[in-house]
Amino acid sequence: MRAASVKPAGERKNAPEFTLKDGDGKVVHLADYRGKVVLLDFFATWCGPCKIEIPWFTEMERKNKDKGFAVLGVSMDDEGWEVVKPFLAELGVNYRVVIGNDSTAQLYGGVDALPTTFLIDQSGKIAAIHVGLASKKDFEDGIQQLLEAPSPLTSGGGPVPALAVRPE
Amino acid sequence: MVAPCLPSLFAQSSAAGYLAVGEPAKVAGTRNAAVQAKIPVTVRVGYHVNSNTPSDDYLIPLKLTWSSTGALEGGAITYPKPSLEKYEFSEKPLSVYTGNFDLVANFKVAANAPAGPGVAVGKLKYQACSNKACYAPKTVEVSVPYQVQ
Repeated sequence: MRAASVKPAGERKNAPEFTLKDGDGKVVHLADYRGKVVLLDFFATWCGPCKIEIPWFTEMERKNKDKGFAVLGVSMDDEGWEVVKPFLAELGVNYRVVIGNDSTAQLYGGVDALPTTFLIDQSGKIAAIHVGLASKKDFEDGIQQLLEAPSPLTSGGGPVPALAVRPE
Repeated sequence: MVAPCLPSLFAQSSAAGYLAVGEPAKVAGTRNAAVQAKIPVTVRVGYHVNSNTPSDDYLIPLKLTWSSTGALEGGAITYPKPSLEKYEFSEKPLSVYTGNFDLVANFKVAANAPAGPGVAVGKLKYQACSNKACYAPKTVEVSVPYQVQ
C-alpha cells in the first residue's frame, strides 16, 4: 500500500492561474493544462537541490506524458533566458519551462525556498506541495495516485463548474 | 597600519535573513596610512552561504563591493578560508561559510583626506541554502565608520 502522497480531493485548493512565456516566446497559461496532472516546479539555476530533482522530472515527463501528465518548470532566475537556456540544455530538460517573477511567486505563497513543487490534479487543484528537496518516490507516488484517480473532468460528475476552477 | 578603535557589537543589517552583518569597529588613521576594517558576519544556524570561491560555476559567490568609500581608497576584501561541507543535495563537498566569520577590508587613507569622521558604504551579496533548499540571493548593506586623524 502506498503512503498518502496527495491531499484528499475535498481538501485541495485551486492552483492560481498565471500567464508566462516559454523559451520560444510562446504564452503559457496554467489553464492550458486543465485535464492533466501537472507537476509545477519553481527552480533556479543557482539552486543545488533543484539540480537533483530536475533529472527526476525529466524522467517522469518521459514516462508519463502520454498518460495525461506534464511537468511545467518555472525559473526564478533574475537573469532570464540567458542563463536558463544553457542550464536546460545541460540537464537535457524535455518539458516546458517558463520564466517566473515575483507576482507568480506571490500567487503561490511567496516561494521563498527553492525548489518548491506543486502537484496539481486534473481539475486544477493543488494536491501536494513539496518545499525543498523531496524524495523521488514521493513525487512518483503522488503522480501515480492522481493519474489513477477518476478525473473530475471525465467521470460521471459532469463538467466542473467554473467557480471550482477559478484561481483563488 | 592602524588598529581598530573599539570592539564591535552585532547590530548592523540584522533584518530577517539568513546572514547578518555586525557593526565593524571604527577604523582610524592618518593620511596615506593603511587601515583594515574587520566586518563580522553571522550565518543563521542550519544554513550556509557559498564562499567567495564556490565549488561550481553555477553557484553565486559571497561578494562585498563598495559603493562609496569616502576618504578611504581601495577596499580589497580578504575573505576567510572557506570550509568544505557535504550536503544532501551535493555530490561533492561545497565551499561554504557557516556560523561566524570576519571579512577584512583593506583601505588606504587618501593623501588629501580631510581630518574627521566618515563612513564607507558597501553591499554584501550572498546566497544561502539549508541542507534541502536554497534561497534567493540577497544583499546586506555594510557600513564601516572611520576617522581621519
